[in-house]
Amino acid sequence: MLEIQDLHVKFHSRDHEAVGGVSLRIDDGEILGLVGESGSGKSVTAMSIAGLLPRKQCALRGAILLDGQDLLLADRSILRRMQGNRIGVVFQEPMSSMNPLLRVGVQVGEALRIHQPELRPEARRALVLQAMADVELPNPEECYRKYPHELSGGQQQRAMIAAAIVSRPSLLLLDEPTTALDVTIQAQILELLKKLNAEMGMSMLFISHNLNVVRKLCARVAVMQKGLLVETGSTDDVFHRPQHPYTQRLIASIPTRHGREVS
Amino acid sequence: MNYVIRRILLLLLTMLIVSFLTFLAFELVRGDPAQAKLGTEATPEQLEALRHEMGLDRPFLLRYGQWLSGFFTGDLGVSYYNPTPMWELIAPKLGVTLILAGMSFLLITLISIPLGLLSYRLAGSSLDWLRTAFNQLCMAVPPFFIGILFSWFFGITLKLFVPEGFPLSIRADPAEAMTQLFFAAVCLSIPRIAMTVRMMRSTVIGEMQKAYVRTAISRGNDRRGVLLRHVLKNSLTGTVTFLAQTLAELIGGSIVVEQVFGIPGLGRFLVAEIRALDYPVVQTIVVILAFWVVLAGTVADLINQRIDPRLRLGGAK
Amino acid sequence: MKKKNWNGFLIAGCALTGLLIALMLLGKFWTPWPPTAMDPKAMYQPPSFTHLFGTDKFGRDIFSRVLQGGGTTLTIALATVAIGAAIGTLVGAVTGYFGGIVDDALMRLNDALTAFPSILLALLIISLVGPGKYNVVLALGIVFIPSFARVMRTQFASLRDVNYITSARLMGAGRLRIMLVHMLPNTMRTLLPALTIGFNNAVLAEASMSFLGIGVTPPDASLGNMLRDAQSALGRAPWYAILTGAMIALLVFGVGLIGEGLQQRDREVD
Repeated sequence: MLEIQDLHVKFHSRDHEAVGGVSLRIDDGEILGLVGESGSGKSVTAMSIAGLLPRKQCALRGAILLDGQDLLLADRSILRRMQGNRIGVVFQEPMSSMNPLLRVGVQVGEALRIHQPELRPEARRALVLQAMADVELPNPEECYRKYPHELSGGQQQRAMIAAAIVSRPSLLLLDEPTTALDVTIQAQILELLKKLNAEMGMSMLFISHNLNVVRKLCARVAVMQKGLLVETGSTDDVFHRPQHPYTQRLIASIPTRHGREVS
Repeated sequence: MNYVIRRILLLLLTMLIVSFLTFLAFELVRGDPAQAKLGTEATPEQLEALRHEMGLDRPFLLRYGQWLSGFFTGDLGVSYYNPTPMWELIAPKLGVTLILAGMSFLLITLISIPLGLLSYRLAGSSLDWLRTAFNQLCMAVPPFFIGILFSWFFGITLKLFVPEGFPLSIRADPAEAMTQLFFAAVCLSIPRIAMTVRMMRSTVIGEMQKAYVRTAISRGNDRRGVLLRHVLKNSLTGTVTFLAQTLAELIGGSIVVEQVFGIPGLGRFLVAEIRALDYPVVQTIVVILAFWVVLAGTVADLINQRIDPRLRLGGAK
Repeated sequence: MKKKNWNGFLIAGCALTGLLIALMLLGKFWTPWPPTAMDPKAMYQPPSFTHLFGTDKFGRDIFSRVLQGGGTTLTIALATVAIGAAIGTLVGAVTGYFGGIVDDALMRLNDALTAFPSILLALLIISLVGPGKYNVVLALGIVFIPSFARVMRTQFASLRDVNYITSARLMGAGRLRIMLVHMLPNTMRTLLPALTIGFNNAVLAEASMSFLGIGVTPPDASLGNMLRDAQSALGRAPWYAILTGAMIALLVFGVGLIGEGLQQRDREVD
């Protein structure tokens, strides 16, 4: 459903390309993990899919095909029709990613208000409450009226996920969604994502620097280093038979209970 | 609503402190009013009699209490020089100044908020330096100089009004009075509009860098939606605080602009009374202006608490 | 990115301010005409090559008087900012560095004072000490202390726990040395633009007060009391007011550009 062909991203303010020719494919209903250390270009890749890179400040080359349509060539207005509608995004810091002055319910329902303006307020509200229930927010009615700062970190991230899935997009981009959360909450969110993927058949691109997290969630994984894709494959293959030295180092550095994990 | 009550109590407490300090300060510096009135040749008996008549022989706190209650009863005492009850002297001038400040405030708010947003849209364009320079120029021209230019151009040259010919009261010639007040309000507003636009611009630019803006774009908001639905509201609290400060600064500015146009307002009256060393009047006007400043701050806080739920935390629980 | 030390605003501002200050300094030693020389035969002359800015009601050369009056305004503004910045920085450094109850109390007082229009506070002080150029400096100097104190307090408070300050402290540097040698230079990025704003506020406040007749009083000339004089002759000699006022505006504009340039330079370094 999503196909990235030879994507190059270069910021005018930098000398090197942030992404130097990445090709990736995500199938229908698949969760693809994208791993790499910070600065490896994984977030930039995701942001270019979501159309969130400032077009004036960078040059993009290649193609990003969503169901055959090239997002890089698309007009801004066409892109806007995709954003929040066909593509949902969840960011790393839920607190700062939410508008502090708008009620949670309003923010969760914003994509609906933009993309389905014909929807009556009651119908929209019902869909919002449904999405909040889907992400297992306790007391959706109460959360609807609350402000972001009145929610806990885990609840905020659930609300962000609800906002991203409220219009049932076919692709969900998750940019380090669990990094800012503590470990127990992290596990809950991973379970939730698995459930949403199973129930709704939504494709997901899950970005993380944490290999363990990716391993729990993704069937396939891609590894990036310095703007380049160094390895792609099924999670099992990559973890047990890493081909690229960088991947080998990454895996070797995962701390485990029984010393170092070796294949 | 608890925080509203708290804020108002705080306002009253502040006013109490401010009025006490003002009263104390004038008590310490003004010297002996009886002596001032009678001159150095008065006999001790005459002085004593006048002091008694003026109530100066009563204890300090009692006099403070009486003076303070005057703000509610309207009995503020009398000036050294004018036997008319002080409130009757002050009230019409306060009215004129309120109209002037109100007009400028309206001009500033209505012009600078849209202009501030527009100015953000110009950021990064090749003519941006020109906008910055023009903005600096507007801030550099003192209001009273603009006033003099206006009197010369609109008054003397175009004869739209009579310079220094402000009617004795607004009722005597409302059209002339309002014309003059309007031009005075424009003078007061120009530098302040430039400052507000500059402040709004940098606030909006700052907000635009924040993460929630990226989220808003990721949901398919267009520029307008991002700006009006998300950024404007988040820029508003800072703007409200700034505008409250503006309301206070307008009083300072009106002191000078009233002088230029010969407008019989509170500021001009204050300057005249300061030069005449008429302490009872000065002291009262100062407290009225202080109340104005503190009230503006309080209203701004209350409005901001309506806008930003995070500010309600302290009071709501 | 390359660090640029100069930008357009900074160059234009320095050039304009430099020119004006040079003229005003020159006015201290030499003026085309003696500033107080009256000439009954040359009352209210429009600008010409003999009298660049024309003459006033006594036939005095306005250009010469503007140079001299500008010098007074400049001196007052500089002295005022020096007082405000020096005492404000001291207060800000001490309260910011040590914190505690004194800090809280002083900052409350500071907030209360900065809420008031500076001209109103200055008027009050003048009403207590009387007009005149030294009293204007005193009044405005006092009035400007709180705003400098507030800005500098924030700076010193934020530097207090920075690593290199902590390490300087561990190496046994005294408090005074830390504040002067290690912290003060790091506050310049904030202090310099604050100085330009303070200077402009001082020029505008002096001009306003002298215009009201409670600042610099005749026979001393300042741009403010010259404008007062000029306004009464607005019908006969508009150039008097326009050119005198323009001098104030240009001075403030020039320094404003410097401030803008300084801020923009720091933004580019980030």
